[in-house]
Amino acid sequence: MTQGIYDFIKSIFAPLGEYLIGSAVPVGSSFAGDIDALIALVAVFVGFWALLAYAAFFFLIFRFRARDGQRAQYVTGEEKDLKRWITYPHAAIILCDLVIVFMAIMVWYNIKQRLPEADSTVRIVAQQWAWNFVHPGPDNELDTDDDINTFNELHVQEGTTYHYELISKDVLHDFSVPVFRLKQDAIPGRVMKGWFRPTKAGAYDIQCAEMCGIGHGIMGARIIVETPEEHAAWMSQGSAGKLASR
Amino acid sequence: MAEAGTVDTHDAPAHDAEHGHHEQSFLSKYIFSTDHKIIAMQYMFTGIVMALIGGYMSYAFRMQLAFPGESVPGYGVVSQGEYNSLVTNHGTIMIFWVAMPMLIAAFGNYLIPLMIGADDMVFPRINRLSYQIFLISAIILIVSFFVPGGGFGGAWTSYPPLSANAEYNLTPYGATFWLVAVALEFVAFLLGGINFITTLMNSRAPGMRMHDIPMVLWMIIIASILFMASVGPLIAGAVMLFMDQVVGTGFFDPDRGGDPVLWQHLFWFFGHPEVYVVLLPAMGIVAEIICTFARKKLFNYKLILYTAFATGIISFFVWAHHQFVAGIDPRMANVFTITTLIISIPIAEMLFLYIATLYGGSIRLTTPMLWALSFIAEFLIGGITGIFLGASGSDIYFHDTYFVLAHFHYTFFPIAIIGFFAGITYWFPKMFGRMMNDSLGKIHFWGTIIAFNFIFIPLFILGAAGQHRRIYNFQNFPDLAGMQDLRVIATSALLVMLVFQAIFLFNFVYSLFKGKPAGKNPWKANTLEWTADSPPPHGNWPELPNCYRGPYEYSVPGREDDYWPQDVPPDTAPAE
Amino acid sequence: MSTMTRPIATTRSATGIPTGKLAVWWVIGSEIVIFGGLLASYVMFRLGHPEWAEYASHTNTWFGGANTFVLLTSSLFAVLAHHAAEHGDGKTAAKWLLGTCAGGLVFLCIKAVEWTGEIQHGYTITANGFWSFYYTAAGIHALHVIAGCIIMLIIAKQAWKGQELQRVELIGIYWHFVDIVWIFLFPLLYIAK
Repeated sequence: MTQGIYDFIKSIFAPLGEYLIGSAVPVGSSFAGDIDALIALVAVFVGFWALLAYAAFFFLIFRFRARDGQRAQYVTGEEKDLKRWITYPHAAIILCDLVIVFMAIMVWYNIKQRLPEADSTVRIVAQQWAWNFVHPGPDNELDTDDDINTFNELHVQEGTTYHYELISKDVLHDFSVPVFRLKQDAIPGRVMKGWFRPTKAGAYDIQCAEMCGIGHGIMGARIIVETPEEHAAWMSQGSAGKLASR
Repeated sequence: MAEAGTVDTHDAPAHDAEHGHHEQSFLSKYIFSTDHKIIAMQYMFTGIVMALIGGYMSYAFRMQLAFPGESVPGYGVVSQGEYNSLVTNHGTIMIFWVAMPMLIAAFGNYLIPLMIGADDMVFPRINRLSYQIFLISAIILIVSFFVPGGGFGGAWTSYPPLSANAEYNLTPYGATFWLVAVALEFVAFLLGGINFITTLMNSRAPGMRMHDIPMVLWMIIIASILFMASVGPLIAGAVMLFMDQVVGTGFFDPDRGGDPVLWQHLFWFFGHPEVYVVLLPAMGIVAEIICTFARKKLFNYKLILYTAFATGIISFFVWAHHQFVAGIDPRMANVFTITTLIISIPIAEMLFLYIATLYGGSIRLTTPMLWALSFIAEFLIGGITGIFLGASGSDIYFHDTYFVLAHFHYTFFPIAIIGFFAGITYWFPKMFGRMMNDSLGKIHFWGTIIAFNFIFIPLFILGAAGQHRRIYNFQNFPDLAGMQDLRVIATSALLVMLVFQAIFLFNFVYSLFKGKPAGKNPWKANTLEWTADSPPPHGNWPELPNCYRGPYEYSVPGREDDYWPQDVPPDTAPAE
Repeated sequence: MSTMTRPIATTRSATGIPTGKLAVWWVIGSEIVIFGGLLASYVMFRLGHPEWAEYASHTNTWFGGANTFVLLTSSLFAVLAHHAAEHGDGKTAAKWLLGTCAGGLVFLCIKAVEWTGEIQHGYTITANGFWSFYYTAAGIHALHVIAGCIIMLIIAKQAWKGQELQRVELIGIYWHFVDIVWIFLFPLLYIAK
């Protein structure tokens, strides 16, 4: 039921979301479209109220500009017929807020609160000022001999659901992949878990999104989303040669 | 000034010695004065100096972003570490050493006694002490750039373990100096706040009831209470962080059982109410100006007051929206999404009421009025873009991007800069007895406002395209390297805006000496400060005024004048 | 204070509460949130780290208990000083204030002995999270005791000359607050094991 309402509202705003965000940053994960649609929804709602407020604002400034021999009216603002101009829009805003809260929580729940069944798991180790990635290798299990370790380059397969285990060796970092619309702080001493499913092959930026010291500005990496064939080829090469790229 | 202050004729005990004063030396008159007006000026000029320093910093790092790696004229090459410490201290200075002293301390000190019809603050010497501590804190912060290792560069939020451990931040002294400076600034404002609250509660002119208090004073007082109620945990946190830095404890060190996220909670429990601590005084200044230049009563005074109280209370329950992706329990995010959207309700209502105040007015677009109206127009953008960030789902994408940066500059610029310009252009005649030049004021206004929008609208676009904050060179990121034009536009607009500030400084100094004499009440306003001489002498009035009505009785039907000062007794004609 | 005169503002009282007393209550309000933040952080840590109970078992409840008694007694002296001041008897008020001060001093001496022993046993401020909180919280409290004693000596001197007798009550309010903070610290640091 709630999912049905969510899907319906999302379908209305998805095209605008695609235009607003998706045109600048590729839609690279299964949930990127949800976030774009939510952004579009908020943009429409607040944009409507902002335009209305601006219209009223500039109209009043123009309409009630000082003119010779004309005095201002004496209005306390407690008159019922005037006050309703505030209370009605105000009630409507509360209604808009409810819709935004509903959509925001649905998106949040899907991305951060639930953990769908994974096809594979990667480990992400952040440190000052680089990313280390541990891929499970051909046996698809971490902490085995065929694990592939890479440096500043994460290889994932299109259409596969990944869990990530995010670890920091020193200070706070943040694993951010704009094309996935994904962001998660790494906290030393904890393992942060989450998920993503890449949907679009290509190479994209990973940025550190939490101030982590002098090298914060160079703490970037690349995420390589591969088709199943490419990924298999990379994996056989990787596990054979134990390469560490870059 | 001393000549204008006549001997007080009141029969109140024990204060004739202070007021029948003799020639004071420069030091005791301007440096160690206990007079609230002089202390207000001290705060204001310190704030202006700090604003120039903060502006210079933004010039250096914006130039680096537009022309990466090139030597910045007047600064030199911005290294990575310097870039970090420039953005960190730009933020710290603009909030703690510009917004707070200009809006709360300067206008609070100047206006509270004058607007409630008192001769000074209730504790003049604590007031002076508060400024002295504030000055020391500012000096410590400036010194922190020149200690070995350089200034602190771990962002104004100062998250541990980075801030706690010199091994990580590489600024062993800078980090501690930064922390001590911020903590001292808090102490200064606690002392000042106690003075403000007590003065307003106890020292109002006879006849001034709760609803006769000008809105700006309510706002400053609510802000002081908010500050006092929210800063305590962060002071405790600052002590803990200081111990981590200096003594070697592990409060925030995860390897030794500490918790780095605890600092984030303590910081934002203060950090979010802090937004309203500086917002409310600016809103109050705007209310005074709009009423004066629309010749209108404030639209539903009581409702505005209630929305301010509601905002203040709710602001204590929204802090974790800064931490959605910081590793808090994901279920908590839902609670804080709801509270954050709830706080949009009273703020939206307050803005609507301000706009409604224009209805039926007789609006004159003087320089202060332009600033006040632009506050509403610009803050509206800051407010609505906040919804994107308060909604947890979209915050996953926008968190820590330039979208956030542009959003809070659309709130803090109206608050700290527009709010200050509105206030200073409005009260300049009272403070210095002369009018500011209106043409220069308008040139300065349009230049600043237009340039401001050209700085931050490109940054909204960059943020929506996924550009993160606090990165000294975006050429390192292939997906971001292409949008350099937008960065150059933003930086060019910043240069234009900084150049326009020279007009303000010139106008300020020129009007100080050559401006048209203002007289007592140049704007024909109602509140009590306009009944004192311009500038008011020590002690403010020869005989303290009484209060007979609310502050916004403009255009009352049946009266010849369209204003009705608070101190005019009801039966007599208004003094003119 | 007699050398400087007050503004009229200070002598007004729109609320009916004397200005000095109002200010002291606001000071205490801001102090409550400072200690509140510190103690709330401590409680969060205790709930998250059951092993801290073991660390806490090395504190000496007898020392803590004795100090609680000393502080409560000194608070009683402060009440007696206020009582004397209300009757205009500055000299008696000053004597009781000195008694209160002596209580604060005894408190600090007991603390010094207690801490020396603990540090010698290796329970230093950097030993672990519990001891960090133990010394930080009690240390900030001790600073309040010292500040209170100094202010009290100044007020006692004035009260002896019969000046500013209303201040005797104000320092009393502050001293009770310092006492109450200890009443929270004692069970949290000593008894909860």
